[in-house]
Amino acid sequence: MTTIDTNTTDAENTPPVDPNAVSITINGRTVAARKGELIIAAADRVDEYIPRFCYHPRMSSVGMCRQCLVEVEGPRGPMMVVSCMTPVADGQIVRTDTPQVKRAHEGMIELLLANHPLDCPVCDKGGECPLQDQAFSHGAGESRFVEEKRHYEKPIPISDLVLLDRERCILCDRCTRFADEVAGDPLISFTQRGNNTQVMTFPDEPFASYFSGNTVQICPVGALTATPYRFKARPWDLEQRESTCTSCSVGCRTVVQSSRDELLRFQGVDSDPVNWGWLCDRGRFNFQSTNSEDRLVTPQVKSGDSFTTVTWSEALDTVARTMRHARPGSVALIGGARGTNEDAFMWAKVADALGVTMRDAQLDDGLPSSIYAYAQATIDSTCAGGTVIVIAPDLKEELPVLFLRLRDAAEKKRVRIIEVSSHQTGLTKYAWRSVQAEPGTSANALVALLSESAVAAQIHSGAVTIVAGRGNLAESANHVMAAVDAAMNAVPSATVLPALRRGNVRGALSVGLAPSEGNDTAAILEAAANGKVDCLVLLGADPLSDVADGDLARRGIAGAKFVVAVDTFLSPSAAHADIVLPAAAYGEKDGTTMNLEGRVTNVVQKITPRGTSRADWMIAAELLSVLGHDSSVSTLADVQRDMAQAIPGFGATTTAVAVKRDGVVISVPVAARSNVVTSAPPRNSYEFRLNVSRKLYDRAISTLTSPALENLAPGAQVLVNPLDLDRVGAPEGGNVRVSNNNSSLVLPVHSSPSVPRGVALVPFNQPGADIRELIRRSDSVVDVRIESI
Amino acid sequence: MARLSEDNIRLAREIIGRYPKPRSATMPLLHLAQEQDGYITNEAMSHIGELVGATSAEVYGTASFYEMFKFEPVGKFLINICGTMSCALLGAEELMHHAEGRLGIKMGSTTADGKFTLERAECQAACTEAPCLQVNYRYRYRVTPQELDALIDDLSSGALDSEIPAHGTVAKVRQSIPADRGVGAVNPDDVTEGPAWLDGKAAL
Repeated sequence: MTTIDTNTTDAENTPPVDPNAVSITINGRTVAARKGELIIAAADRVDEYIPRFCYHPRMSSVGMCRQCLVEVEGPRGPMMVVSCMTPVADGQIVRTDTPQVKRAHEGMIELLLANHPLDCPVCDKGGECPLQDQAFSHGAGESRFVEEKRHYEKPIPISDLVLLDRERCILCDRCTRFADEVAGDPLISFTQRGNNTQVMTFPDEPFASYFSGNTVQICPVGALTATPYRFKARPWDLEQRESTCTSCSVGCRTVVQSSRDELLRFQGVDSDPVNWGWLCDRGRFNFQSTNSEDRLVTPQVKSGDSFTTVTWSEALDTVARTMRHARPGSVALIGGARGTNEDAFMWAKVADALGVTMRDAQLDDGLPSSIYAYAQATIDSTCAGGTVIVIAPDLKEELPVLFLRLRDAAEKKRVRIIEVSSHQTGLTKYAWRSVQAEPGTSANALVALLSESAVAAQIHSGAVTIVAGRGNLAESANHVMAAVDAAMNAVPSATVLPALRRGNVRGALSVGLAPSEGNDTAAILEAAANGKVDCLVLLGADPLSDVADGDLARRGIAGAKFVVAVDTFLSPSAAHADIVLPAAAYGEKDGTTMNLEGRVTNVVQKITPRGTSRADWMIAAELLSVLGHDSSVSTLADVQRDMAQAIPGFGATTTAVAVKRDGVVISVPVAARSNVVTSAPPRNSYEFRLNVSRKLYDRAISTLTSPALENLAPGAQVLVNPLDLDRVGAPEGGNVRVSNNNSSLVLPVHSSPSVPRGVALVPFNQPGADIRELIRRSDSVVDVRIESI
Repeated sequence: MARLSEDNIRLAREIIGRYPKPRSATMPLLHLAQEQDGYITNEAMSHIGELVGATSAEVYGTASFYEMFKFEPVGKFLINICGTMSCALLGAEELMHHAEGRLGIKMGSTTADGKFTLERAECQAACTEAPCLQVNYRYRYRVTPQELDALIDDLSSGALDSEIPAHGTVAKVRQSIPADRGVGAVNPDDVTEGPAWLDGKAAL
């Protein structure tokens, strides 16, 4: 008879004991917790509120403010501990409601208020201030402090966007911790530590972080205020709705706040799979553009050199007439990535009704939509572990909150980042391996890197995610795709996180605005330049600013017989249009958007659209009926119903409650494409290979029309390696002539060690000379001469 | 002036090499900067940040804690007169007034020729020798106004130069550690288990 191991049988029958599970008691309630969890976090989960100022669940605990004192049963009786620094332990008995705890809380509030000016009536934080609220809920209401309070000059600007009032500060270390731990820009620090401890920047070195606005949001007092919101409203006058930021494709959850039908503030909402509560400053402050005086508010028709206001019915009649009279196959549509999924879907319907094959939601500045044909990653799966191969633009500049997530994963040693780029990016110092490859050689550089034994061992040791996007606009997208293919060949099980930047580009491409083979924006503009486009619809697209080949964009817009611009502003391209239709902006319409990982979340209307502007989907629906097609759409729900039927995967999302929280990740099938073979011609040693990359702040219309941001663009310039600056023979900041066979322009030159030798880095779409004059998309890479003048 | 000199950069790199993490060298490098210029300039703090991989704000945040790091020009001789209890009872105020009259400056300021800075100090832990003062942190005990005059005369004439070097001079950062005498700095992040002698008795 076989002997049965009874121990094994028992183990199979009873659920395994979780070695990390502990049980504690909070105010007599038994609470299940996990080893390593803090008492304050466990208490939060069961709604036992412990007052706090410095504790923030997304940052490390520091125990600065001492407000979260609780009593824990100890060997010598109850003892007072700081609950944000004390981890749970099995059998721990915690009390937050004893007279001793109350006394401690009151004492802490009294101490924190000793030097606080109590200027709540004139403080922006008043009404939503943790210090004010907790002084009421946990304070004694009286102070014994009769001495003179500390005085500082107030407020002082610590950056273009943030002001600091040191008198209100309680030194909780939230802003300084955020700058160091989360943003990686420790440009503010405690200085004069001691009796005069204060948060301060280095003299004359501002807190110029792309994430500075977060410090204002997490400040538990009114010490940090942001210039765009100062004295604009009181919290109790604000109305708010939760939405999704569409400034880029990360899709951060925000709350949109308004008063008197004007957008006044965006605050980050903590969405665990996406933004963890953080926003970049561009996304946080560009609400100002919605309120801009320069918004388009009526339909306008070009007559001569100027525009004349017309009614919507006149405008739509004109557009419909032009479309009907256009030769077969001569209507084209560019754009759609600025709006909602519903907007893009309805315009795709218009395109379908007219038999339009020329359509593209991108502006020749992204990657082929076949990037979505690879096995897809999410932000969470990317940051969960393993290796992340980044073949993408500088994520800190283009997708800032994705940068924060990746930085966090690398700093906490969950992932190792392998980066291939044409210059050192914001991510470089967090990368395990980073190579700066000359434009056109990234695939070769990646192959060489992946064949190193240590790197090969790393990529085969766990999951691999490829973050793929278009970094250099003076380099063909094929080079990026070739590098992605090289990585996929090395690790066939890898997943891809597409890093295309425009707000709803993935949504627009998924719901019907993806180009068919040979009909992308470049082809459309080329056809227009050759007189083959009778009607060109620009759906919030501005080819004259965004298409890298400046000459192609100009010829295309000029060659199109009739241009319809559906836009919120009279962009440079819209100014060339024959008819301009005013579109509702962000915050003025409901709908859904899809972020870079395919996550569908909602965007909401908070204010009425300016003037007679309308949501893009409404314009499309009306145009359809003027064109004689019954769209059977009269509400957003109708659009979502149709979309759920027409687009695979959307059924589950468009009506789900989930889109109002963390969203639903869906995958819309996309055709794969065959591998491309790329090569770059050898570079003449007298020349520089051009790397044209985006910065967070540029001449984007939403930045230009936001007063807080409009002056933050660094300006047109050319950056070269310090050793190359000597070769050019120009002084730092001096003007140089940058030229090739296409054109020539004058730019100030600066040296930067982050640029490899032989490469010229020029930020894209900056105020000043326009580098796009030198770029022709027929060249797979662009070489330029740089001469001192 | 300002940024570290070529010689001091060499020394700075050697100092940085003594630590497992470059940031740990911030304090000795601040001393080095103060030795070079007599006080710590903004440019020096930025330079130190570059050398140790910190932002200028972080270097400033650390440096500004310390009373003995100066951020304004300081005279060649910094005279700290103690004003705490024992010294105050035994004539510190008179000593300060006398010093102010003699040098023609107020406490907390520097003579026009950049030679002397007067400061009022908190207890210097020499209460049995009150009233006491320090010149560049070298003690002088039971100082009378006449002795202070003599001291200032000697400092002016250079008679005490061998005993009292210029403000900022610190011998410690100039130590030279031969390569074979180092303990072998290990980055704390690379330490994954307890030391061998602990024999696994305590979790790391």
